[in-house]
Amino acid sequence: MSKKNLIIIGGGPAGLAAAKSAYDAGERDILILEREDKLGGILNQCIHNGFGLHTFKEELTGPEYASRYIDQVKERGIEYKLGTTVLSIDKNKRVTCANEKDGLQIYEAKAIILACGCRERPRGAINIAGCRAAGIFSAGTAQKLINIDGYMPGKEVVILGSGDIGLIMARRMTFQGAKVKAVVELMPYSSGLNRNIVQCLNDFDIPLMFSHTVVEIKGKGRVSSVVIAQVDAKLNPIKGTEQEIKCDTLLLSVGLLPENELSKMADVNLSPVTGGAVVDDDMMTQTDGIFACGNVLHVHDLVDFVSEESEWAGKRAAAYIKGEKASGESVAIEAKDGVRYVVPQFVHREGEGNLKLKMRVGNVFKNVRLCVVCDGGEVYSKKCMIVTPGEMETITLNEKQTRALKNSKQAVVCLKAVEK
Amino acid sequence: MREMICICCPMGCRLMVDDSDLADVKVSGNTCPRGAKYGKEEVVCPKRMVTSVVRVEGGDVAMLSVKTKDAIEKSKIFDALDALKGVSVNAPVKIGDVVVKDVLGTGVDFIATKNVSAR
Ligand SMILES: Cc1cc2nc3c(=O)[nH]c(=O)nc-3n(C[C@H](O)[C@H](O)[C@H](O)COP(=O)(O)OP(=O)(O)OC[C@H]3O[C@@H](n4cnc5c(N)ncnc54)[C@H](O)[C@@H]3O)c2cc1C
Ligand code: SF4
Repeated sequence: MSKKNLIIIGGGPAGLAAAKSAYDAGERDILILEREDKLGGILNQCIHNGFGLHTFKEELTGPEYASRYIDQVKERGIEYKLGTTVLSIDKNKRVTCANEKDGLQIYEAKAIILACGCRERPRGAINIAGCRAAGIFSAGTAQKLINIDGYMPGKEVVILGSGDIGLIMARRMTFQGAKVKAVVELMPYSSGLNRNIVQCLNDFDIPLMFSHTVVEIKGKGRVSSVVIAQVDAKLNPIKGTEQEIKCDTLLLSVGLLPENELSKMADVNLSPVTGGAVVDDDMMTQTDGIFACGNVLHVHDLVDFVSEESEWAGKRAAAYIKGEKASGESVAIEAKDGVRYVVPQFVHREGEGNLKLKMRVGNVFKNVRLCVVCDGGEVYSKKCMIVTPGEMETITLNEKQTRALKNSKQAVVCLKAVEK
Repeated sequence: MREMICICCPMGCRLMVDDSDLADVKVSGNTCPRGAKYGKEEVVCPKRMVTSVVRVEGGDVAMLSVKTKDAIEKSKIFDALDALKGVSVNAPVKIGDVVVKDVLGTGVDFIATKNVSAR
C-alpha cells in the first residue's frame, strides 16, 4: 500500500483544474488517476467550437480547451497515471485501482477529489418498445465513433432528445454526409442552448419536433424505421398521431447522470435531485476528506463553470490536508418555489469571503427574481428576463451577504415574481 | 422579410428581419440592441466556424480534429468540408498546425485543434 496526500479520480477538465489549484495552494503530493489513455475527459471528443468563452474570452474547441489545462498540469510536474481505472474507494480514503503495467494497486490518501464526470442515460432508462436491432447509439457514443475512431455509425438518422449533445450530433452527422430526418423532443421545450438549435438544426433545415417521442423501433438486424407520436400534457403518446420515419440509425440524447458508483462505495451521501453528492461550501461531501466537483457533482452545460468549481475544490482539499478544514455547525440551503436544486447544499458557519451558489430551475420562467432569503429576510435578489432548466444559474454573494447566510437559521433560494 | 431566433442570450427572441434592402436592414422583435446587430449580420453575411476531423498516419490516435481558423461564409460550409475529403496528415501534429491552406480561396486555413504524438 502506498500513501498519497491527494488522489484525484478522473483527468477531465474537473480533475485537471482541481490538481492545478491544489498544487498552487502548496500541495505537492498529488496523483491523478485516469481510465482513458489521454487526459482531457469528454472534451477530447467534443471537437466543435464554443468552449472557454468565460475563462479564456476565446471560442475554443473541446480538445483545445483541454490542452490548456493539460499543459498547466504538465508544467507543474503533477503526477498522473493513464489507462488506470479506479475500482473502489472507501470511507477511510483507500483507493483501489488497476492498470496493465502495475496490476492492482492500493493507495491510502489524506483526501480524495471525485472528478469522474457523468455518463449518458442508457436506452433502458427510457421505455421504447421494439427490437434489439443494431443502429441504436447514445449520442455521445456516436460522437466518439466519428470524432475519435473515424467510423460513421449510419446514413439516415433520427435523434431522440434535443439536449446539446443531440443537437451537436445532428450537425456532426450532417457534416459527415448523413441525412438527419428529425430531432424528436418529449418536452414542449428544448434543454439545449438556442445557439445550438439555430446553428445545428435551423442552418440545415433539420426539423425539431416538440412534444413527440419514439414509440417503436422497427427492423431486423439493423434499424429500418422508427415510429414517433405526439404526447399529451402528461407525456403519454396520443393514439392516432403515429408516423413512421425511415432510418437506419437512432441516436439517444436523453440526459446525463453523474457517475457515482465509486461515491456509493464510500458511503457518500447523494442528492436525489442532482444525482451527485451533497456537498458543503468547500465542495466536501458528507464523508470526511472526500470532495467532488464537475459533472460527477451535478451536470454542467458549460465547461468553464466546471473548471471554476474544480479549482475551488482543489484549493479547499489542499487546505483540508494542511488541517485547515471547516468544522462545526453548518446551515442547509433549501431550494424552493421553482428552484430545483442548489449546490452547495450546506454552508459552514465559520469562514469568510464570497460564496458562489449554483442552481437550476424546474421550468421556463420569465420576468422573475432569483432570491436568497435568510430567516425570512431577502439577502440577495437578481432580476432575470428568463430562466430555463437548460441553463445553470450562478449567484455570487458578497462577504456581507455570505455572513448573513452563515449566521441564519434557515436559508432558502427561490424565485419570486417581479412586482410591477 | 425573414424570421429568425436571436442566439445571443437564452431569451431567444423571435426576430423579424426586413432584408429587402441589404444596405438598410430593419430588425424588429428584438428585446435589446444585441438582437438588432445579430439579425443584421445574419442576413448580410452569415458566417460559421467549421469543425471536423481528418485521418492522421502514425499517430497515437486515428483522427485529428480541425477547425477553420476564422468563421467562413455559411454558404461555403459543405464546400469547405469537401476540401477535407481524403486529406490525411502525418504525426506528430501540434495545435495550430495548418492542415489545409486557404480553403476555397477564402484566405482561411483549416488548422489542427489537437496535439497528436507519433506512435
Ligand atoms: C457530449 C458532450 C458535449 C458537450 N458540449 C459542450 C459544449 O459545447 N460547451 C461546453 O462548454 N461544454 C460542453 N459539454 C460539457 C463539458 O464538456 C463537461 O461539462 C465537462 O467535460 C465535464 O468535465 P468533468 O471533468 O466533470 O467530466 P469528464 O470530462 O467526463 O471527465 C471525467 C473523467 O473521469 C474519468 N473517469 C471516470 N471514472 C473513472 C474511474 N473509475 N477511474 C478513472 N478515471 C475515471 C473519465 O475517463 C474522464 O476522463 C459537453 C459534454 C458532453 C458530455
Ligand atoms: S434580442 Fe436581446 S434579449 Fe432577445 S435574445 Fe437577443 S440578446 Fe437576448
